[in-house]
Amino acid sequence: MTFAVVVFPGSNCDHDSYHAVRHVLGHDARFVWHKEASLGNADVVILPGGFSHGDYLRTGAIARFSPVMKAVADFAAAGGPVLGICNGFQILLEAGLLPGAMLRNRDVRFHCEHVGVRVEQTDTPFTARCRQGRVLNIPIAHGEGNYYAPPEVLETLERERRVIFRYATADGRVGPEANPNGSLNNIAGICNEGRNVVGLMPHPERACEPMLGSTDGLLLFESVVDALTAGALGGGR
Amino acid sequence: MSTRAFAPEVLEQHGLTPEEYDRIVELLGREPNLTELGMFSVMWSEHCSYKSSRVHLKTLPTKGARVLQGPGENAGAVDIGDGLAAVFKIESHNHPSFIEPYQGAATGVGGIIRDIFTMGARPIALLDSLRFGPLTDARTRRIVKGVVAGIGGYGNSIGIPTVGGEVMFDESYRGNPLVNVFCLGIAKQNEIIRGQASGPGNPVYYVGAKTGRDGIHGATMASAEFDDRLEEKRPAVQVGDPFMEKLLLEACLELMKTDACVGMQDMGAAGLTCATSETGSRGGVGIEVDVRLVPQRETGMTPYEIMLSESQERMLIIVKRGREAEVEQIFEKWDLHAVKIGEVTADGLLRVRDGGTVVAEIPNLALTDEAPVYRRPIQEPEGMAALRQIPRNGLKPLPSAEEAFLALLEAPTIASKRWIYRQYDHMVRTNTIVLTGLGAAVVRVKGTNRALAMSVDGNGRYVYLDPRQGARLAVAEAARNVACAGGLPIGATNCLNFGNPERPEIMWQFAEAIAGMGEACRALDTPITGGNVSLYNETDGTAILPTPVVGIVGLLEDASKALARVFPAEGLDIVLFGANHGELGGSEYLLTLHGLLRGQPPVLDLERERALQQLLVRLAADGLIRSAQDCAEGGLAVALAECCFDTGGLGAAVDLAPAASDGGVDLVAATLFGESASRVIVSVEPAATAAVLEAAARAGVPAARIGTTGGDRIRIAVEGTTVVDVDVRQAERAWSSAIGRQLDTPVA
Repeated sequence: MTFAVVVFPGSNCDHDSYHAVRHVLGHDARFVWHKEASLGNADVVILPGGFSHGDYLRTGAIARFSPVMKAVADFAAAGGPVLGICNGFQILLEAGLLPGAMLRNRDVRFHCEHVGVRVEQTDTPFTARCRQGRVLNIPIAHGEGNYYAPPEVLETLERERRVIFRYATADGRVGPEANPNGSLNNIAGICNEGRNVVGLMPHPERACEPMLGSTDGLLLFESVVDALTAGALGGGR
Repeated sequence: MSTRAFAPEVLEQHGLTPEEYDRIVELLGREPNLTELGMFSVMWSEHCSYKSSRVHLKTLPTKGARVLQGPGENAGAVDIGDGLAAVFKIESHNHPSFIEPYQGAATGVGGIIRDIFTMGARPIALLDSLRFGPLTDARTRRIVKGVVAGIGGYGNSIGIPTVGGEVMFDESYRGNPLVNVFCLGIAKQNEIIRGQASGPGNPVYYVGAKTGRDGIHGATMASAEFDDRLEEKRPAVQVGDPFMEKLLLEACLELMKTDACVGMQDMGAAGLTCATSETGSRGGVGIEVDVRLVPQRETGMTPYEIMLSESQERMLIIVKRGREAEVEQIFEKWDLHAVKIGEVTADGLLRVRDGGTVVAEIPNLALTDEAPVYRRPIQEPEGMAALRQIPRNGLKPLPSAEEAFLALLEAPTIASKRWIYRQYDHMVRTNTIVLTGLGAAVVRVKGTNRALAMSVDGNGRYVYLDPRQGARLAVAEAARNVACAGGLPIGATNCLNFGNPERPEIMWQFAEAIAGMGEACRALDTPITGGNVSLYNETDGTAILPTPVVGIVGLLEDASKALARVFPAEGLDIVLFGANHGELGGSEYLLTLHGLLRGQPPVLDLERERALQQLLVRLAADGLIRSAQDCAEGGLAVALAECCFDTGGLGAAVDLAPAASDGGVDLVAATLFGESASRVIVSVEPAATAAVLEAAARAGVPAARIGTTGGDRIRIAVEGTTVVDVDVRQAERAWSSAIGRQLDTPVA
């Protein structure tokens, strides 16, 4: 299995995703520079976290214009699995591959800490190995993770079961006490209509080894390997 | 010399004395022009030349079996095995952070990161040592928020985790906060790059941000006291661009994988002048540059301004002749433009051209090695003996031990710094194996089984009361923290924050502190590999507490053996290493409960300290202890509480033997809150307790089982009499919310 990790100028979790895939999961990983027009023979695409182009405008607003994003859109349209993590999620929003937008955190401060992330749906390539309702212990690290969407969009997301992750307490309660940034409906991650494009603010690649305090994040990467092995997904080749 | 080409006020503006000017004339064999005067002014500033501190710094130990690079380069380097080096340094950005907290702190982070990757190392960890005034002060609250946001804004964006550090609050920092930033990177030993020019004819490249008028005379500003003209100095603070630096970092590391680079130096303090003259003098060559070729973001800049600008995120690179295209291509990939601005010459001169005209021509050595060196007068301040007495009649009526305990947990210096560190990305790069909080930070070294523990420490109160002893204690504490995590201390860096060196009392503090630091570094085998001196930390003539901050790096052979401070389970034995002398001099207890900064700082037996640290490293490697926490501010009682916090409410019960002395105050207070050095609380599986006590006895380290973990209360007894009995969660709430509550108090 080959994972393409897209590198934008200012990406800074690219090495972490690469490490998780290659050295923990044991699959092939490859960096793809944002100026490249092709994803090569990728089976999975990861848009990693960071501050693409410094995020001096809106987060992800410039990265969406990179040549590689056309290839990512084609890959996604063909059903290929795409995971956007943190800044990668923000880029997917800006690129229109996922709906909604990010606001600054409710308290306008950057938050880096472990949070509870409840798995809402298991019928995506990145959550197939999870049990519905399981609370994953995964860190967040962002200043703009306050998910917003207009009421009708939010309603559609909920109706179509496209909210994939919600911030929750360790025992699975979803409420303001578990919401680190003010996101509507405690949303931590969503998917597209085809369910093959998933974006989330928490960093699963930071929770893949016991030494780092949690291995819950590895479930997302193992899930997509399962899904591809089962041959249930299209590809963008 | 009777007539000088410049008026006295011009020299004064440049921070040069008439004698220094005469020396310049002597070195040049003629009067300098204004550009040359400016270049001398920044290079001979205290900040760049270390003219007051150099004679003392020379006495520090800088060599050791593991030292690959000592002081004098962009950063120090030590051998960590597997052909790898840890490259690290700490640096201050105090003055800019007071004038403009966000940008001052942000560019402090940016500056130290450049020092590390300039050496060819990939930066993997940042720590900060911060000192602020009291949080009751509205301006201080603004400074704290700005500094924390600035550190986070830069470090988070560039993607280097801020994994630890420490913060203390004291009245003396009200008008002069300290922002000291430590950075560590990993390099292959055979790929370390030096800030040296060589090979006449090799091209000199400029890479990174364009040059503007920002930061001109930043180095000179950092070498003067503050007064009521503070606002005028705002333009001397630079503005940071972490995105630009991220590109520079990646491009430079990519460049270093080729062998096209001869030398590299960042343009920090004193900008282009410093980068050219230092690389030239280190390599024993000359450098010629043309300022017209320097990328500029403003029009009409003079050679003076271009040579002195401290615009951020700029690098000077000396490239092998014939490899230019390869180098340019790497920078083009990152949308950076490498511009050839000159070349290496054989004549030892720094020659600056403005097109066809030579506008400055100075021997490189005149700017660097020939800078003045002063042996400033030294005088012990009056009243030191009295200061070291705790006046019994000056003490307030004593609160109960439990009230004092809770008050200490809320004291900003002791209270949880979570409000601060949760704003820092402390996990990016997925190496952080002991999460930020207290004590040492631990990062694994990918590709090996090893890990590095790091700690920065320096209690200015101890140094104020006894500079020599205070500096010894700073080294010991930083090394002890590293040892508590299981790391063998292998190298040190220092950041020396003091007042005006022209005052003999300040210089006495400095000289004594360096002497003490040298003693401790020799005894603990932690050579100083580099660092930074920040003098003139005064506002309106009042100096800060003398604050030498020591950063220690420790090596763990097995990352999986790293220890954290918290008790990991109930039913463990709690063992105290070290002796309780009940010393309250300079303690947090005296200050918080009695408003006193008095007394003799704790004694320190360096041999015993070394034995303790070696014992800890051995026990951690053998897996015989489950956690370890150093006793520092607030003493044994606070250290015990810190072991219970962040565990989800796990309690502990201990019964203490009374301290050997009452420290002149009260026996219970001395027992609980005395700050005797060389003490560590460890938790041990009961089955291993006998082995641990035996190992301690063999090592000559006093050790006693004082209690067990369990329950949901912190219970402390002295000789069977309970003096503290509080709910863990309640105490933790007080501890964890204290700083946030004060910072979120609206500014009056």
